[in-house]
Amino acid sequence: MPDTKDHIVSSFDKELRTIHEIIIRMGGMAENQLSDAVDALVQRDSAKAELVRKEDAKIDALEEELEAAVIQLIALRQPVANDLRAVIAAFKISSDLERIGDYAKNIAKRSIAINQMPPQKSVTSIMRMSRLVQEIVKDTLDAFSNSDKDRAIDVWHRDEEVDEMYTSLFRELLTYMMEDPRNIGACTHMLFIAKNIERMGDHATNIAETIYYLATGERLEGKRPKGDRTAFQILTPDDGEGEVEI
Amino acid sequence: MSYAMDMQNYTTQSETATSEPKITARDVNVFYGASQALKSIQLDIGANEVTSLIGPSGCGKSTFLRCLNRMNDVIENCTVEGRISLDGVDLYNSGLDPVLLRARVGMVFQKPNPFPKSIFDNIAYGPRLHGTVSNKDELDERVEKSLRRAGLWEEVKDRLDKPGTGLSGGQQQRLCIARAIAINPEVILMDEPCSALDPIATAKIEELIDELRERFTIVIVTHSMQQAARVSQRTAFFHLGELVEVGETDRLFTSPQDDRTQGYITGRFG
Repeated sequence: MPDTKDHIVSSFDKELRTIHEIIIRMGGMAENQLSDAVDALVQRDSAKAELVRKEDAKIDALEEELEAAVIQLIALRQPVANDLRAVIAAFKISSDLERIGDYAKNIAKRSIAINQMPPQKSVTSIMRMSRLVQEIVKDTLDAFSNSDKDRAIDVWHRDEEVDEMYTSLFRELLTYMMEDPRNIGACTHMLFIAKNIERMGDHATNIAETIYYLATGERLEGKRPKGDRTAFQILTPDDGEGEVEI
Repeated sequence: MSYAMDMQNYTTQSETATSEPKITARDVNVFYGASQALKSIQLDIGANEVTSLIGPSGCGKSTFLRCLNRMNDVIENCTVEGRISLDGVDLYNSGLDPVLLRARVGMVFQKPNPFPKSIFDNIAYGPRLHGTVSNKDELDERVEKSLRRAGLWEEVKDRLDKPGTGLSGGQQQRLCIARAIAINPEVILMDEPCSALDPIATAKIEELIDELRERFTIVIVTHSMQQAARVSQRTAFFHLGELVEVGETDRLFTSPQDDRTQGYITGRFG
């Protein structure tokens, strides 16, 4: 807990600590789920993928537990100032982490499908991208446990890297699909997996914004870093590629 | 105090000044004998808004409130230094009659204290004393209007001749508010007006405060931080005779700037 000064009512501190600990646990689980889901894909291990699918229920359960704790604390303690920010931040962060868990589950499901098909070249790029997002998620959680606004800002900026990787993976996958239509099935799954990982990065960015608010009481100003240009991208079979700005 | 020091005070209490101040307090020091109860207070009370004063017991908030209508004059050994002005007129050094001042700056106390008279006479007392009504019809009208504004009319219109002390605690407090507004003050000071009331009566007073601020400038001392948060637009936090922080109520309760404010409002003090 960043604020070391205790409340006069000690049970209040205990409740805040519980909320903080649930977030840390959820974060650790979400991080593991992502890493296991991508391992299952890389190692073509469907049993592991199945496990990831099942484990997601635990993150969902923690989110419910956290919601109940937050609602109870607001009803009984009427928190203000940094206490209020801590509680609201936990509430928001838990839903971001829950979504990250959902994306990991979706990756696991798709990897079970992909394992029925021939090995895919793009797996290496997916692995690289997921490693970056894992790092970002981990740093976000560290920033949370220390209410570290500088680290939060750092994480916030790194989402741009993820977006750039996603854009390049998008091109790569389109190329494979054009090379051989038999790749389309697997590559489409791969594309969704990449999108899932990219969305996880966005949620980590949300969390970073929440941490900044938690630490300072102010909104993180400025335009959100954006490197995902796939929404404007066109790639044609005769390789006449270009970007269209809308 | 030098100009530079003065400016420093302004920056640490960044929201000391409001754009439309009704009351302005500058460098206010108050002593009870040798002990200093308020230390160099700089605070503006904005017109037609509710300012709440919060802080632990003995922090000086009630002392400050009492300075605003010179209630401290009646306390022996109490000396007030500095400048407090109402609409730009110095309250202490301009030969202002304290009795007339209190007609402009009314007060409601912690414990409802109706006069041992009828409900009607409780309200009529002030207008009669100050001669602000010229005949019985005007007086009747004033009494009804005051009771209506205080949200009490419907409850007491059929028993105006009954003693005010026979009302419930919440009704008595609204009677005191009606009595205060009967003389058309500009400012109403409230010293913990709800601390002796149940939650329903408290809610009625809070609703009333919100309506009254259209016409009056209100300063309220309260021990309930939730009440300060609910009724006021600006909140000032006092501690050990100092004004630690003042600002927009919603800002002060979500992102206080001073650690002492944060410690107090979150219940970490001590």
